[in-house]
Amino acid sequence: MSQVVSATTTAPAGAATRRDIGVKRRYAAERRFRAYGIAAISFGLLFLFVLLNSVVSKGYTAFQQTMITVPIEFSEKVIDPTGKRAENPNILVMANYPVLARDAVAKVLGVDVKNRAAARQVSELLSDSIRVQLRDIVQANPSVIGNTVNVTLLAHGNVDSAFKGQIDLSVAESNRKISDQQLTWINTLADSGALSKHFNTGIFINGASSRPEAAGVGVALIGSAYMMLIVLVLSLPIGVAASIYLEEFAPKNRFTDLIEVNINNLAAVPSIVYGLLGLAVFINFGGFPRSASIVGGLVLTLMTLPTIIIATRAALKAVPPSIRAAALGLGASKMQTVFHHVLPLAMPGILTGTIIGLAHALGETAPLLLIGMVAFVADYPTTPMDPATALPVQIYMWANEAERAFVERTSGAIMILLMFLLVMNVGAILLRRRFERRW
Amino acid sequence: MSTSILLLLVFAIGVVAYVLASARANALAGGKPSNLHSRYGYHGAFAAICAILPAILLMAVWSLATPAFVENRVRASFPEEVKAMPDATINLNYGMVSAIARGMSGLDAEERSRLVAMPGADARALLADRGVPLADDPQPYMVKAAVEVLDLSATNRLILTIAALVISVAGAFFGLRSVAPRFRARNRVESIILASLVMASSIAILTTVGIVLSMLTEATHFFRMVPAWEFFFGTVWDPRFASAGTSDSSGQFGLIPLLLGTLYIGFVAMLFAVPIGLFSAIYMAEYASPRLRSIAKPLLEVLAGIPTIVYGFFALTSVGPFLRDISAQINGIATGDFVNFIQAQSVLTAGFVMGIMLIPYVSSLSDDIITAVPRSLRDGSLGLGATRSETVKRVILPAALPGIVGALLMTASRAIGETMIVVLAAGVAARMQLNPFEPMTTVTVKIVNQLTGDLEFTSPQTLVAFALGITLFAITLCLNIYALYIVRKYREQYE
Repeated sequence: MSQVVSATTTAPAGAATRRDIGVKRRYAAERRFRAYGIAAISFGLLFLFVLLNSVVSKGYTAFQQTMITVPIEFSEKVIDPTGKRAENPNILVMANYPVLARDAVAKVLGVDVKNRAAARQVSELLSDSIRVQLRDIVQANPSVIGNTVNVTLLAHGNVDSAFKGQIDLSVAESNRKISDQQLTWINTLADSGALSKHFNTGIFINGASSRPEAAGVGVALIGSAYMMLIVLVLSLPIGVAASIYLEEFAPKNRFTDLIEVNINNLAAVPSIVYGLLGLAVFINFGGFPRSASIVGGLVLTLMTLPTIIIATRAALKAVPPSIRAAALGLGASKMQTVFHHVLPLAMPGILTGTIIGLAHALGETAPLLLIGMVAFVADYPTTPMDPATALPVQIYMWANEAERAFVERTSGAIMILLMFLLVMNVGAILLRRRFERRW
Repeated sequence: MSTSILLLLVFAIGVVAYVLASARANALAGGKPSNLHSRYGYHGAFAAICAILPAILLMAVWSLATPAFVENRVRASFPEEVKAMPDATINLNYGMVSAIARGMSGLDAEERSRLVAMPGADARALLADRGVPLADDPQPYMVKAAVEVLDLSATNRLILTIAALVISVAGAFFGLRSVAPRFRARNRVESIILASLVMASSIAILTTVGIVLSMLTEATHFFRMVPAWEFFFGTVWDPRFASAGTSDSSGQFGLIPLLLGTLYIGFVAMLFAVPIGLFSAIYMAEYASPRLRSIAKPLLEVLAGIPTIVYGFFALTSVGPFLRDISAQINGIATGDFVNFIQAQSVLTAGFVMGIMLIPYVSSLSDDIITAVPRSLRDGSLGLGATRSETVKRVILPAALPGIVGALLMTASRAIGETMIVVLAAGVAARMQLNPFEPMTTVTVKIVNQLTGDLEFTSPQTLVAFALGITLFAITLCLNIYALYIVRKYREQYE
């Protein structure tokens, strides 16, 4: 090799005397190798971009909802034909509210409601949830009966999809969810300003629903919040205590070795195994209710603990021994050294690790499926013992729905989830930047 | 008195003990803290611990023990003809008794006495009205037993309240009495803290024990119904959901097709993830400018932070249909017949998307290992005239190989345990075939399938999930232990 080098350096002049050591070929190989590297990184980034793009492009419309605003005549003839509502409050509950809305929309469109087929088509423009909406209006204020009020009604999921241009209109009318007649009506209503898109608050506050236009992640958000709270309250103290023991106090023996190996392995156990553990121990043996956020919280705590312990140990290790030596030298006990000096200095690292662990727990789905959080929950859970779902589980359930409008909702829910994760991760990064010390 | 109020009271006593003991220690010091062995806060903390800890331990033991005690007493009081019934019936009856007791606890004294006198049907209606529906009309002895349950629980609660408060106050007094200049309060408090630290760290072991024990017990139940060799070597997966009431295990539970699907999908995923991840790691470690590195590395790691359910949805709605359509186009151009040869749910779809998910694992683990190779090896190779790529290929990679193999094994264990992507993108048909364009299924998919929905812990259809789980746990555990062993062995070389 050295001979080759000297040959090239001592005889720079004549190309004929230069020995061919394949420099060209080797440089080409170098360039190829470099290109592979760039290609690999660009592939990775491209996939990231495509993934986010596909979610956002499908999902951003979920934050808008088509609504129809029409003057509704709260006719006494429809609500209370017998005039007995004073004696029997059930009449107001059972009244045929959808007819009120249908008649109002038909009047705006100039459709004769006596024509049954047309009337049915008109009522298909509106969501089924308007029954509850109108009932609530009337029950809150019974004096509205007999008057005409402008009400903004939720449009049906198909109307919503059609108005957002998500329904393929080249398909034959009979195979479509929406008829040509309804499309004309939608356009008429849109032109008159009665039908328009509003910001969709429902997706944030509504519970589960089989109707896409009325479905939301409200219950899932509450469930996830409960679980994150439980995970935080349990795993942070336990994780920090465990790492302090292992890092600062534990003697080097079989037992601590065993714990170490254990923690490393637990961090790599598939999450679904934790679900099986939760099912067998907490639900089957411990008698906790299925679908409750407390079980989810406990399972996620066990799953997050190894992450937090590993991060905390790294943070404790990063505190220089001189700090400990100084504290001990001034007469502090071992425990005082750790709790008064080492732990506060390691806190930013610990919190960063905790936030990242929480973010992982927030996106985890598989163990929650096994403990029965795949449930149709329409009511808000008031305690962690009540049935609830979680954000990723809600996404899973919606992903299995066939309707077009649910694809949009699913992507919207994913955007909400990613937004939470983004906030948490950015928070962790800022925390690290702000408080990290280099010794 | 409810448990939470009792807990609050005990804590209040603890706080009082803390304040009093610290004040006493402060007074004893007489303005010179060095007169005391421990600072006054430690004396306070010791008193507080004495007041709180024993009382809480008592409450914990009590609340674990009393339900069993009450149940035994009440069961013993059942009429003879009920006791003669089979165990399952007695259990059902006891379930009703506790439901009645739960309903009665919401009634006031007058309603309660009325309920005891009522005929069964009325009592059921009344309880249903209060939100406790019963499966059947309660018989008179059940109502009587329910009253006994309530009485016993009330007595228990009273005893517990008194005992806990007495112990708490006694503890507080003990703590107060022990305040003295020479008393080593700090050492006592610190040893209690140390004990709690040890307990916290043994939770890791408890979790592992819990995982292994819970899955082993359920899996043994399963193997009692289905022979182990039929499970481990069976080639047909057809669990056949049991019809209600029958517990015959007519289904076939062959692990092989599931394992094959798992490994196949994992293999396809590694096929995508390893080259891309490895080349990005090499580029980041050896070529990239600090600027590019500081941008590209976190961006790639974003891929690891995205929840797997999102990947699953991406595979289901974007990648799967895309591959299906493009295969139809290719087929159309090649043969004129526009039929797709790639299914929307297929080994390829799941493997590809899982591969994307695994890229950051491969790249960041290998990046760490490549940068850990000592500078001198690099300098030596470059100094001898090797190009960068030759240095990487001939010097760095061989030196880093054991570590990289360890990293790849860890990644593979992640691929095997991955659930949500395969649940949404791989399909549910358990088949033995080698066409990557067809759907296959995995162990994790079947665990989810067998355990979602209503389940009873007696049928093999449900219990098989635990046998699958323990298999999965064993495989990933072996991979990880082997990977850790390789990585550790490798690390020692340069230290």
